[in-house]
Amino acid sequence: MKVRKNIAISENGFIFNPLTGDSFSVNETGVFILQKLKEEESEATILQNLMDEYELDAHTAEKDLNDFLSMLQNYQLTTNE
Amino acid sequence: MKPNYESPIIKKLNAGMMNKFGSRTEYIPVKYIDNVAVADLMDQYGSPLFVISEKTIRQNYQKAVKAFKMRYPKVQFAWSYKTNYLDAVCQVFHQEGSWAEVVSGFEYQKALRNGVPGNLIIFNGPDKSKEDLILAIKNRSLIHIDHFDELYMLIDILEDMEETKARVAIRVNMDTGIYPQWDRFGFNYENGQAWNAIMRIIAQEKLQFEGLHCHIGTYMLTANAYAVAAQKMCELALSYSNTTGENIKYIDMGGGFCSVNTLKGSYLQGADIIPTFDDYAEAITSTILQSGFRPDTLPLLILETGRALIDEAGYLLGTVLATKRLADGRRATIVDTGVNIMFTSFWYNHRVSPAQDFSQHAEDTVLYGPLCMNIDSLRESITLPILKKGDRIVIQDVGAYNMTQWMQFITLRPNVVMIDTTGKVHLIRKQETIDSIVNYEIVPEHLK
Repeated sequence: MKVRKNIAISENGFIFNPLTGDSFSVNETGVFILQKLKEEESEATILQNLMDEYELDAHTAEKDLNDFLSMLQNYQLTTNE
Repeated sequence: MKPNYESPIIKKLNAGMMNKFGSRTEYIPVKYIDNVAVADLMDQYGSPLFVISEKTIRQNYQKAVKAFKMRYPKVQFAWSYKTNYLDAVCQVFHQEGSWAEVVSGFEYQKALRNGVPGNLIIFNGPDKSKEDLILAIKNRSLIHIDHFDELYMLIDILEDMEETKARVAIRVNMDTGIYPQWDRFGFNYENGQAWNAIMRIIAQEKLQFEGLHCHIGTYMLTANAYAVAAQKMCELALSYSNTTGENIKYIDMGGGFCSVNTLKGSYLQGADIIPTFDDYAEAITSTILQSGFRPDTLPLLILETGRALIDEAGYLLGTVLATKRLADGRRATIVDTGVNIMFTSFWYNHRVSPAQDFSQHAEDTVLYGPLCMNIDSLRESITLPILKKGDRIVIQDVGAYNMTQWMQFITLRPNVVMIDTTGKVHLIRKQETIDSIVNYEIVPEHLK
């Protein structure tokens, strides 16, 4: 899963989709994941990155990451290409 | 040290659109109740857990009494048992000087057990058995007659009791300009039923007619309705004096004062729109004082307010069991405080606060209780900081009705503790166990 190329992501969590004109806000963890997606990291790597970055167990990390990725997909911010 | 983790969220920004559910209301966590750590309480007594602040009860009671006593010379409060009849709670009110106001034989027994003298118990309600009435007559309690069947039952009972009189009042219902008009309890004022009841009572030598009682509704958002009610009560009392030459000893204006909770469907927060004790007191006392009583015949003013005195003193502590995503993308948060122990969530949007630090991010969520039953929904939509499994929450202003109307449904009822005025924590009701329930069941021999 990758973030669509034209999506703008600011450091403080403001997301803009120029195709649809939609804007979003994400929290710090959300920015962290989006940046990793931009860097084209795999989901497994992002999961590990999350656990390295935060005090977090594997189950919570996996559950939260899946939920977040499904929301990104829902808002059409990602692509599976 | 690693930074604090918060579950990732994404929120679509809708510029210029109204948020139907209002903005977030929680900016600081509730970590302490009366200087006692919420975390410590839950570690020791479990989750969910009801917490009652004795200090808040006393403060609210004294504020209410002051509002009335500074305006009227003879005021008496009677604690509404049905609002919260945990013995420890009742005893705080009795220590403060409250009589007891009960509406069943069970509550009457509770008041007696709590040491309330029989003559300081007001017995209201439509359900008083023959045995209840005999006991109340013997104890010289104030019996507030609800209907003619009760009146005739009393007359029958007294025929068999030699040289005994019953102290009685009637409950009066009336049009005070509010909707819905409560007319199911007592005798109607406008159609003359109340006056007929009084005439019937004074014709009975063994009925000692002492007062008039009304209770015009619940969560009354206008103090003016009490002025209308007080006016009608005074007219009845003065008519009684003119007819019989006797004076009414008391007028009982009942309860129905609002607590700070927000009713479902209310546009504004409860705390912003409810009348104060002073508003209610001014409406009632100025009406009585101006109604034409001679100063030496002013009746005692009795008040039975319940929720306005106890709601703010009650907290329900709970734990997040899970968070999930609904089919339409909304967040759902499941907590262990269900409608089984929070009956008032059917009519209030309770204030829910996290009990631990959180970031500035917030999310709309549906708040569900733990029951595997569709009715168990505490809030259809509430904007809360990001919560995760294991996080703790504090639900505020739950002191009224929840600890009496709670249901033993699907699961058991939790511990209730009281924090006294010195900050000491006391267990005042133990959590139920499976034995609390099955001990009352009997399985027929052939099914064993």
